[in-house]
Amino acid sequence: MWSRLVWLGLRAPLGGRQGFTSKADPQGSGRITAQVIEHLERLALVDFGSREAVARLEKAIAFADRLRAVDTDGVEPMESVLEDRCLYLRSDNVVEGNCADELLQNSHRVVEEYFVAPPGNISLPKRDEQEPFPHS
Amino acid sequence: MLGRTLREVSAALKQGQITPTELCQKCLSLIKKTKFLNAYITVSEEVALKQAEESEQRYKNGQSLGDLDGIPVAVKDNFSTSGIETTCASNMLKGYIPPYNATVVQKLLDQGALLMGKTNLDEFAMGSGSTDGVFGPVKNPWSYSKQYREKRKQNPHSKNEDSDWLITGGSSGGSAAAVSAFTCYAALGSDTGGSTRNPAAHCGLVGFKPSYGLVSRHGLIPLVNSMDVPGILTRCVDDAAIVLGALAGPDPKDSTTVHDPINKPFMLPSLADVSKLCIGIPKEYLVPELSSEVRSLWSKAADLFESGGAKVLEVSLPHTSYSIVCYHVLCTSEVASNMARFDGLQYGHRCDIDVSTEAMYAATRREGFNDVVRGRILSGNFFLLKENYENYFVKAQKVRRLIANDFVNAFNSGVDVLLTPTTLSEAVPYLEFIKEDNRTRSAQDDIFTQAVNMAGLPAVSIPVALSNQGLPIGLQFIGRAFCDQQLLTVAKWFEKQVQFPVIQLQELMDYCSAVLENEKLASVSLK
Repeated sequence: MWSRLVWLGLRAPLGGRQGFTSKADPQGSGRITAQVIEHLERLALVDFGSREAVARLEKAIAFADRLRAVDTDGVEPMESVLEDRCLYLRSDNVVEGNCADELLQNSHRVVEEYFVAPPGNISLPKRDEQEPFPHS
Repeated sequence: MLGRTLREVSAALKQGQITPTELCQKCLSLIKKTKFLNAYITVSEEVALKQAEESEQRYKNGQSLGDLDGIPVAVKDNFSTSGIETTCASNMLKGYIPPYNATVVQKLLDQGALLMGKTNLDEFAMGSGSTDGVFGPVKNPWSYSKQYREKRKQNPHSKNEDSDWLITGGSSGGSAAAVSAFTCYAALGSDTGGSTRNPAAHCGLVGFKPSYGLVSRHGLIPLVNSMDVPGILTRCVDDAAIVLGALAGPDPKDSTTVHDPINKPFMLPSLADVSKLCIGIPKEYLVPELSSEVRSLWSKAADLFESGGAKVLEVSLPHTSYSIVCYHVLCTSEVASNMARFDGLQYGHRCDIDVSTEAMYAATRREGFNDVVRGRILSGNFFLLKENYENYFVKAQKVRRLIANDFVNAFNSGVDVLLTPTTLSEAVPYLEFIKEDNRTRSAQDDIFTQAVNMAGLPAVSIPVALSNQGLPIGLQFIGRAFCDQQLLTVAKWFEKQVQFPVIQLQELMDYCSAVLENEKLASVSLK
């Protein structure tokens, strides 16, 4: 019966197999230097906010490092499960639009039919010009 | 009436036993009573009543649109609904009112369904507990069920208070709670790593994830474009098939939908016997963290198929232990990209800083996103850095192919359907759940469900039985790509065999009255 096979599976030694949820996550690899933090914050335009967030990132990276154990020689990266199929394109005819008013309604700052943005040629101040983790 | 299946209610509407307006009002009243579950973010009362009126007219004229005409449904709050606030449970989109309907929402409305409201979720669908949204966590209706409460009374250590309520699972917890508490007959969720199947298992519902490409994603605020699908939550498999029949099909607005001819409507045949079926049991899914009750139910389910005459085989999906890691990398990377659209300029929250665009974007995003979302964006950006791209992102894409191939190989060996657990255990109390952070929980809870998203396969969680604590446990069936009908047919047979009990919510109703009384007293004393 099936239950016997399951029982056998349970009795097999589990040593050498990594648990899915390793309770002892390796400590931060120390790869997240201040430079990396700044770089990521600038790219993402989202800040870490606290030391816990940096620690969480280090754990996430340690978690992702497990992929190194997989042998992927000769394997092509998979971008989409529908890679073997043809992409359908619509015919190039205008069938909808003229909804500027509706779209502008959702923005906080609008002037006539323009979305208003602050000046774009000023870069984000460097980290040492700001307080470290003002929100911790 | 509220506890009936979709098909039964539809028949009742056609025969005039009840009108859409009466049905709508019953559901609205129940939604008010069960407000403390926090399942709904927005209740679209006026819209629903108007739709009910129109539906009533159609029934009077004998022109009902079909099985979904006049049926109350709920939609997860990451689907765009025209004129109705869509927040994704985030400060970033609070107050955002989309100017269009998501295709799946439009399809439901075209069939005459009544939109009861938008349901609660984890912020931007990131999470496995429906606890991290800005509108607060969702409570599992089973916390208040007779089945659960009776078991708790037997335990001398349990406090009979509300502080130990259970999570619904996530991230479509609000949709699951809404259906489970009888406030609607079906709800839309989204499924990126198990977000429909996980809460379905914890709330005793059918949680169906269609094949990637079967149902349009247009209007579903994207998390991971290559894995997201709209999911369906109902109380029985037949209902899920009816909803799928309305939603499946190519959409010119979503180029990732396939154009193959699909059998519509999805009428499920009743399988007389399963002797021609081959069920596969992936051995790598037997993990030490699996609770003994789920393990035992899984085993019993396999026995059930065997005694029904089906062939039950052990199969191997060798890369299973890497699949959650692979999912983590791909998910955070795609999230980093998808969340870049939230800059406060055209929609959504905008901060007050006006110094420069970058400063404005940064502050807007800091204010708009919670820690979970920000954490994933930063992780994703890390994996996409030039020096990390090959080693993390591309590597994960390669591993994804290996995982998808594992499934292909399993199905090629003659297996029709795979049978696995959906979750590691039954629903846990909220206070337990929040002891670990979101990423850790997601890594634990998504274990059985995310590989399916990476391979784009259809899967469904079916409630099997109650645990020793009186809480639902579900098992998952995985089918071949685009064989959704076959998958649901097998699930329907299984559902009939296990006869999962109906939730007994009399205690819930009593609790509701108590809560309402307290609120009245409080409001009186405030005056």
